[in-house]
Amino acid sequence: MLTFNMLVLACFAYVAFLFAVAFLAEKRALRGRLGILRSPLVYTLSLSIYCTAWTFYGAVGYAARSGLEFVTIYLGPTLVMIGWWGLLRKLVRIGRTQRITSIADLISSRYGKSNLLGVLVTILAVVFTTPYIALQLQSVTLSFSIFTDGYAKGTAFWVAAGLAVFTILFGTRNLDIDERHHGIVTAIAVEAVVKLIALLAVGGFVVWGVAGGPGDVFRMIEDSPISTWKMDQSRWVTLTFLSAAACICLPRMFQVMVVENSNESHLATAAWAFPLYLFLMSLFVLPIAVVGLNVLPEGSNPDLFVLTVPLAFEQKGLATLVFLGGFSSATSMVIVAAIALATMVSNHIVMPIWLNARKGGATVSGDVRNVMLRSRRIAIMAVLALAYFYYAMSGGGAALAAIGLIAFVGAAQIMPALLGGLFWRGATRLGAAAGLIVGFAVWAWTLFLPGIGEGVLISSQTMAQGPFGMGWLRPQALFGIEGLDGVVHAAIWSLTLNTGVFVALSLLSFPNPVERLQGAEFVNILRYSAGARAFSPGTVDAEDLLMMSQRILGSAEAQALFQSVALEQGKEGYLPDTTSAFLERLERELAGSVGAATAHAMMGQITGGSAVSVSELMRVADETAQMMEYSNQLEAKSEELGRTARQLRVANEKLTALSIQKDEFLSQISHELRTPMTSIRAFSEILRDGGDMEPEARARYSRIIHDEARRLTRVLDDLLDLSVLESGQVTLYNEVTILGDIIDRAIAATGQNASALRIERQPLQERLVLFTDADRLAQVFINLIANAQKYCDADTPVLRILVRDNKQHAVIDFIDNGSGIPSEDQALIFEKFSRLGDTRASGGAGLGLAICREIAARLGGSLTYVPGQGGAAFRVTLPRRLTNADAEAAE
Amino acid sequence: MAKRVLLIEDEPNIIEAVRFILSRDGWSVDTHADGATALSAVARRVPDVIVLDAMLPGRSGFEILRDLRGDSKTADIPVLMLTARGQQKDRDMAARNGANRFMTKPFSNAEMLACVQELYAATQSPGA
Repeated sequence: MLTFNMLVLACFAYVAFLFAVAFLAEKRALRGRLGILRSPLVYTLSLSIYCTAWTFYGAVGYAARSGLEFVTIYLGPTLVMIGWWGLLRKLVRIGRTQRITSIADLISSRYGKSNLLGVLVTILAVVFTTPYIALQLQSVTLSFSIFTDGYAKGTAFWVAAGLAVFTILFGTRNLDIDERHHGIVTAIAVEAVVKLIALLAVGGFVVWGVAGGPGDVFRMIEDSPISTWKMDQSRWVTLTFLSAAACICLPRMFQVMVVENSNESHLATAAWAFPLYLFLMSLFVLPIAVVGLNVLPEGSNPDLFVLTVPLAFEQKGLATLVFLGGFSSATSMVIVAAIALATMVSNHIVMPIWLNARKGGATVSGDVRNVMLRSRRIAIMAVLALAYFYYAMSGGGAALAAIGLIAFVGAAQIMPALLGGLFWRGATRLGAAAGLIVGFAVWAWTLFLPGIGEGVLISSQTMAQGPFGMGWLRPQALFGIEGLDGVVHAAIWSLTLNTGVFVALSLLSFPNPVERLQGAEFVNILRYSAGARAFSPGTVDAEDLLMMSQRILGSAEAQALFQSVALEQGKEGYLPDTTSAFLERLERELAGSVGAATAHAMMGQITGGSAVSVSELMRVADETAQMMEYSNQLEAKSEELGRTARQLRVANEKLTALSIQKDEFLSQISHELRTPMTSIRAFSEILRDGGDMEPEARARYSRIIHDEARRLTRVLDDLLDLSVLESGQVTLYNEVTILGDIIDRAIAATGQNASALRIERQPLQERLVLFTDADRLAQVFINLIANAQKYCDADTPVLRILVRDNKQHAVIDFIDNGSGIPSEDQALIFEKFSRLGDTRASGGAGLGLAICREIAARLGGSLTYVPGQGGAAFRVTLPRRLTNADAEAAE
Repeated sequence: MAKRVLLIEDEPNIIEAVRFILSRDGWSVDTHADGATALSAVARRVPDVIVLDAMLPGRSGFEILRDLRGDSKTADIPVLMLTARGQQKDRDMAARNGANRFMTKPFSNAEMLACVQELYAATQSPGA
């Protein structure tokens, strides 16, 4: 026998290997080199989390007990993959266009972004998945005890804890905008290979090593009781249907099949490759079962034949491989199921509560992303803890083994709402919710609660006579219909009632506008993918939207998104026009992080809840494809016209502003020069005229003349500086410098010590080597710091200098905590002589930012105002064109 | 009672210069630097002459002048307008809004003093 310690060691080595795989995959994905990570092969292999430890070990036991019935578990998915390819394609297309994050999100999104439905599906999923995870813990513990003669104390706990850590590390490292986890998917693909190889190896050993080849095996099957097995048609059909439904509706399957899918065409490969995988997984099930029954002593657990047969022949290496295969099956299922559940819990339960608890809605401060990540981590731990307690309470007995099918029936309850939602525009939220509740209740009463074990939650008396003696409510014989198999009975009743209520209430109720839109969108997804417009534009402030998006998507991502949209509209900066197309797109981006219902609610808060306009509803009412086509073309045309008009408008505004500016510029110069001159002339005349004057007064007046003369010089210097910069005749003295040193110099030059402004810096990030004109750059920094000193109106003014290096550019943000610059003035501040508010107090000519912007442009970068940062925020972007030669010069 | 002049101007050095020039001539000089509250400063102590800068923080001198002329209590106070921009446009605007005199910065001290004196004298002459 292998020792317990060696087995633990093997596990650790294997897990470390998976860690490495996941880590490398993440790193590759981060660098954008997806390559094989995005191949249809990895996608297909990741689908294999369908085969959990329940099928890995249990299929053989199933075959030993009920003959060929185990095939149904593989038959269902095969039929779906090959026969109902269209449905899957539809699902994946919807998943991508609507940025669906989970099965709960899909249902919620389809039925008018209803969070009630999201919550319902989430609760249902948690209830049926938790015992399923417990089953995986049990299988790992059992397989452990086989090796160690029953010694496996605490294994389940450590496995649960270890999986929680792994899942949190790779499942919630960051909030991916599209909810994809490359590391985990790759690790799962590797695990899929391991379990397949393990089963094939045992199969080969059994057929050629134990029996004398295929012929022998066939003879043994003929002789065994398995050959006398008779097909129970109702069970056969039901189980096939259930496994087909589970293959779509189980949260973990939905996660890998739809959410993690990166390319629709992968489905085409998976359509034949995944059934092939299932076929190979089931190929040796019968031989192993038969040989096990023949070779092993009477009464050994057939569920563990895969492991005990090799051990009986002293094949330790093979047995360890099998153990790792089983371990893989269990862990991969647990990891993906935990991620899927955590996403659902955080998006549909935690986020809505958190948003409601905060009166200000999504625009209040606080990083929503942190809340989300934390809630997901806690949810993962909670799910695994729950599963562990379930395992510990149920005592790991035989009752758990049945949970696989129980979970399948639970998952199948989502099927009516899902199919109805995809193919029937008349399906409504009310129908879906009622159907789900009814199906859920019947499932819990007839299968789930009895399944936990007779006498645990339902007394044996209730089982035999119904609650309160009402015989027609007996859990395993509803309405007095007896003699059906437990699973068949539960599946038929729960699904019939579920579907019946769903259809009836859908027919009786009317969908609301958002439901209509989403319904049309989902049902017709493959025909035309024009977006449904759910917001009326124009009433929204782009800056509010940016503020909110930054909290959810992260500031860099949100700014990039806003900038690119603005660019498409022909505008510069970070604030695009809030067209309905833009709002639409933004909502989908947000939905990718927080789910459709929450994203819709957040956008609703900001857009003033403006739901759907009449013209939008007209669009839905238009049924014919031609109308659709025609209006799409018109829309594209008017979109184009709109874009041109927008560009023209901007250009026109600029021209008008320019001519006003020219006049303004001349009178500004006049003003800036004449004002100091006035004081100089007046006081010099006073001094010239003499008269009796205190010596102190005389000295004072001379000083004023001197100060004003200097002020005059400064204005002239600035003007010259600007004209040189603008004409492009400036000479730059580029050298290799450290960014931090330039900032040091700038702070020293502003007389920072005497000022109330506190400066927060990032010394580590500032150790950035630049090849630039240090004096000119310092001039920019000095201006920005001096501006913060002058204009930051906070009680305790703080200026944060943040440095980011994205390889091509160094980005330096100067963000203070004052009241910032109103959005109508944001474009103005870079103009010459523009000063906001009290002009004299500033003491400058209003040329600073104009000069800084010119300098930044000459240095190959830019100076922009970044809205929505909670204060005035200026961003200096510089090129990072450091060659090796530059670096050597620095030595 | 001393002749009172109210100087509405926001450049501290110019304020000091004008105050020196006028007070040496026996004027009592009040000053006010904020355009937004200039009207109430005038109402508080109605001066004999007002020297008003065109570019003020909060409110432009032209607007203040228009309101002064609109109010019967202040409509007759002589106003000397100052501007550092010195374009014809400004000059016209001052005349349109009812300025008695207009001066471009920089001005000569003697000219400024003479101007204020003349404005004051005009209010004292019979028939005014």
